[in-house]
Amino acid sequence: MSGFNKVVDSYSDAMKGLEDGMTIIAGGFGLCGIPEGLITQIKAMGTTGLTVVSNNCGVDDFGLGILLEDKQIKKMISSYVGENALFEQQLLNGELEVELTPQGTLAEKMRAGGAGIPAFYTATGYGTPVGEGKEVKEFNGRPYIMEESITGDFAIVKAWKADPFGNCVYRHTAQNFNPMAATAGKITVVEVEEIVQPGELDPAHIHTPGIYVNRVIKGDFEKRIERRVLAKNEETA
Amino acid sequence: MALTRDQIAMRVAQEFKDGDYVNLGIGIPTLAANYVPEGISVMLQSENGLLGMGRYPTEDEVDADMINAGKETVTAITGASIFSSAESFAMIRGGHVDFTVLGAFEVDVNGNIASWMIPGKLIKGMGGAMDLVAGAKNIIVTMTHADKKGNSKLLPACTLPLTGVNCITRIITDLAVLKIEDGAFVLTERAPGVTVEEIKEKTAGKLVVPDNVPEMVIA
Repeated sequence: MSGFNKVVDSYSDAMKGLEDGMTIIAGGFGLCGIPEGLITQIKAMGTTGLTVVSNNCGVDDFGLGILLEDKQIKKMISSYVGENALFEQQLLNGELEVELTPQGTLAEKMRAGGAGIPAFYTATGYGTPVGEGKEVKEFNGRPYIMEESITGDFAIVKAWKADPFGNCVYRHTAQNFNPMAATAGKITVVEVEEIVQPGELDPAHIHTPGIYVNRVIKGDFEKRIERRVLAKNEETA
Repeated sequence: MALTRDQIAMRVAQEFKDGDYVNLGIGIPTLAANYVPEGISVMLQSENGLLGMGRYPTEDEVDADMINAGKETVTAITGASIFSSAESFAMIRGGHVDFTVLGAFEVDVNGNIASWMIPGKLIKGMGGAMDLVAGAKNIIVTMTHADKKGNSKLLPACTLPLTGVNCITRIITDLAVLKIEDGAFVLTERAPGVTVEEIKEKTAGKLVVPDNVPEMVIA
């Protein structure tokens, strides 16, 4: 076990080695499945000049949005942003750079990065502003653009359960970008709701094998809901 | 009379076939889920990683870990599956999703679509729209035929930055159902009480009008 025990006891150990100017790949979709405690730790560390790769950038006072408060983020690579006023303000001031990337391309950039594939061709974005300046190649008569993969100095991931080996399972749609993020970090840190005993997770049901994971920390999650919408009575009758 | 948003959604839902996997965009497309015809089952794909999206939850069912692509709380139906974003877009890009319905600002006679960016306004991003238009087998665009000032949204060439090229073949508007063929819009149905003349007037791109253009049947 010893060399395979990935569990760390403090957030400072979890994010040890994070430096100014590094690239962080973050799991999560909106506020769903985000590593809340790791983000709070990055804020506490005050690290700046960060490039953050994440589908979204949280909201004003929660999720990755809190890293905007002290201008820690230099650049966001995302598919959909601007749910937060501070984001808009820093973007318009030129304090923050954004590289808008189609959602499927973003997921594939992380997946390919983690799998050692430097680039891939996709039809997504051909003929649009996303395709400008990118290599075009035809396959079977259809044009595709080349997209380069992404890796990060750190990946920050939220899982439901992990064992000390770093084997992870995700819960419901809190999975989203987390499995790809987990593969794409030089140092991958997973914040979980529960650390279970070795052998408790069925090996055939592991979402993220522990080989991708360097550190595991048990977190406490608020799990804020961005848009709470309830069924109308007649729908459930 | 021009169709209401719900009537457009009703007409969209008539296109669903039993056993279709369907991705519905935000707005009018989402409403189509309410009008799936009797005897037809479709499974809704939500690109954040859910196939088999159900209704909104009751208070007791609300779960922060169960959301849709619009970040709203949802439930899953029996037979649903949940997966990663890469898996979700493999389905979309690989052409496994049968049907995609999405909104647009503009569509042109070459099947180009602009739906994500208005220069000068805050750009929030394309989300999954570019992947959907590039990957889906069968795409229907729903929108109003003209904007609030009466300017046509069916153009000879899109003026706004594109979401995808040569990918749209069918459009359902508040006035008409149209195909795109050989560099022209082809009028196939008109909304009840709407004349061919009105549709011609509000279609800026080349419009082909067959001899017989039936009225839509809206249940």
